[in-house]
Amino acid sequence: MKDAFGAPQSLLVLGGTSEIGLATARRLIACRTRTVWLAGRPSPALESAAAELRGRGAYVRTVDFDALDTQSHETTLGKIFTEGDIDMVLLAFGIPGDQERDEEEPLSAVRVAQTNYTGAVSAGLVCAGALQAQGHGSLVVLSSVAGERARRADFIYGSSKAGLDAFAQGLGDALHGTGVHVMVVRPGLVRPAGTARSGAAAGTDTRAGTDTRAGTAAVAPLATIPFTRAPLVTTPEAVAAAIVTGLRRRSETVWVPGALRAVMSALRHVPRPLFRRLPV
Amino acid sequence: MSVDTVSLTGWGRTAPTTALRFRPRSYEEAAATVRGCGPRGSIARGLGRSHGDAAQNAGGSVLDMTRLNRIRAFDAGSGVVVCEAGVSLHRLMEVLLPLGWFVPVTPGSRYITVGGAIGSDVHGHNHRAAGSFSRHVTEFELLTADGEVRAVRPGTPLFDATAGGMGLTGVILSATLRFHPVKTSLMSVDTERATDLDDLLARLTAGGRRHRYESARVDLTSRGRATGRAVLTRGEHASLDTLPAHARRAPLSYFRPTQLPAAHSLVPDLVPGGLLGRTSAAALAELRYRRAPRSRTGELQRLSAFLHPLDAVPHWNRIHGHGGFVHYEFAVGHGQEETLHRIVRQISQRRCPSFLAVLRRFGASDPGLLSFPVPGWALALDLPASLPGLGRFLDGLDEEVAAAGGRVCLTNDSRLRPDVLAAMYPRLSEFRALRAELDPNGAFRSDLSRRLSL
Repeated sequence: MKDAFGAPQSLLVLGGTSEIGLATARRLIACRTRTVWLAGRPSPALESAAAELRGRGAYVRTVDFDALDTQSHETTLGKIFTEGDIDMVLLAFGIPGDQERDEEEPLSAVRVAQTNYTGAVSAGLVCAGALQAQGHGSLVVLSSVAGERARRADFIYGSSKAGLDAFAQGLGDALHGTGVHVMVVRPGLVRPAGTARSGAAAGTDTRAGTDTRAGTAAVAPLATIPFTRAPLVTTPEAVAAAIVTGLRRRSETVWVPGALRAVMSALRHVPRPLFRRLPV
Repeated sequence: MSVDTVSLTGWGRTAPTTALRFRPRSYEEAAATVRGCGPRGSIARGLGRSHGDAAQNAGGSVLDMTRLNRIRAFDAGSGVVVCEAGVSLHRLMEVLLPLGWFVPVTPGSRYITVGGAIGSDVHGHNHRAAGSFSRHVTEFELLTADGEVRAVRPGTPLFDATAGGMGLTGVILSATLRFHPVKTSLMSVDTERATDLDDLLARLTAGGRRHRYESARVDLTSRGRATGRAVLTRGEHASLDTLPAHARRAPLSYFRPTQLPAAHSLVPDLVPGGLLGRTSAAALAELRYRRAPRSRTGELQRLSAFLHPLDAVPHWNRIHGHGGFVHYEFAVGHGQEETLHRIVRQISQRRCPSFLAVLRRFGASDPGLLSFPVPGWALALDLPASLPGLGRFLDGLDEEVAAAGGRVCLTNDSRLRPDVLAAMYPRLSEFRALRAELDPNGAFRSDLSRRLSL
């Protein structure tokens, strides 16, 4: 059960190697979380992530989960819920794709859309149903600022996140009053802590279901806006901190960093002929 | 029997969960609900005044007991009352006070049910003299997981597990209570000011036994030499000769309580969370302290004003804003005054905006396995849940309390770490064993029991 401050005792991370997911898990383990499920495609990275969390004192289990295999979601995820209540589900999987290649190879663009949107719709609905049956819990969905307005530089990824974002908002309304809380998190450019890599180098991992770094490469060009570069770049730890605060406040939407809310609400209303010319 | 799906919280308004709410009107309906509850179990709920999540059951059934609210029998000679579990203390006072009998133990609110009072084994300002609620219960009927109704008497393991058992042993259906005789419906109150915590503890220790009720409102916003200053009040049911002449004609008629507020008040929930912050809390505390007389004896007060001042404000729990609030209540034994000092110092240094902090002295503890009172000191305070870092801060206080052999009150808890619970309640394993035997399939569950693995 969650306590008065919204800190969950059990956590399910969909996209078990996601940096944001793991940073959130670490932060929650420091509060109340004792049971963590890491769902992702079997890989050494998933196992080492689980081992690292175990070292922090949590009881961690991994589960084979593939975002693209939507047929299996009901069985795979349903099984987790039969073993005990899940207080919080973090939907953290997603792939950034490669805009240039995706434009030329429609199939790889479809893969981005299927992972980020279709896979998330399926997994999100399965988890929402299970949370509703247990009468409590939070579903935290990692969206992205890229979904806020389509940009030339990453509209394929952006459109998938836009779909996910709209889905999560609608789901939140559908679940209002059922005891289940849906929170949409919109991070800006996420730079892994301790590294100063460029946006282009980020997020080359395209394994469906195991990645990660939602909104990493996709919003990279935003960093090219000189005046916004420093304040609007964030880290997985900052996103994790914002998620924990959002849980306490039972927020419905969380922007990381918070200033993005204002920046994006301005950008959203820029006329298209002008927007096209902006270096975003 | 009406059934609806509702989102429920405790009085602190944190961590809402959804459950199916049944409103049984008879024992049969209650038994049918318990037998028919699904894998997520059921829990009884009264008027929802417990601050934490003890009367919530996410995804399961909640038995709203407020329709089982008849007073079945009363013996005017001995003050013994037989009533159903859903009757409120307010109703009992309304009916029995004019006859010269008063509820033996009442907490800060009279809008609680008899079943809830036993399940939480509530205590009041008179704990030193009267113990907690279950001490005045001579028998109750308990609906257990097998659907049977058992008569439970003091001295049996089932009584000890149920008194303070947070509703996890079964549904209390009715109770037989012994009331306290009174001559008037007014209180004779002595007030004094304590300049700091040492002074307060000294006054409480030295205080005469002439008063039945005793409590201190501590100003937790004051710092430095004034840390822990307080207004100490002691009260006794006023005797007939202390009343003015006009009041002696009808000495028991001065209980004019407000009506029970409706579940959904018309007052909109628009109080901003930040309105009652540190500055206003400090200002209010200052005002409360300065306004109190340095020393006054024999002031006549209404019962409700002395015992239940907050009941006069409907939905006062909203003043802490949307985020709700956390009620932190702990007790440490005699000889652990240093821990009490340390905790009060920490709260004042952190400048926690606590609006109402009450310090009491507890008398002998009661046999309930999970009953809260231990002989010593108990401090209760409210804090807005939206304070950043409050969770960790209170966890730190828990550790100090547990190290001092003290405990945190489960009725009002919404945030305790499960791993410190066993240290606080040494008879927890006994409780768990009895529950496992009585209710092997978990027919009675609550959010509290899930959170703390009770």
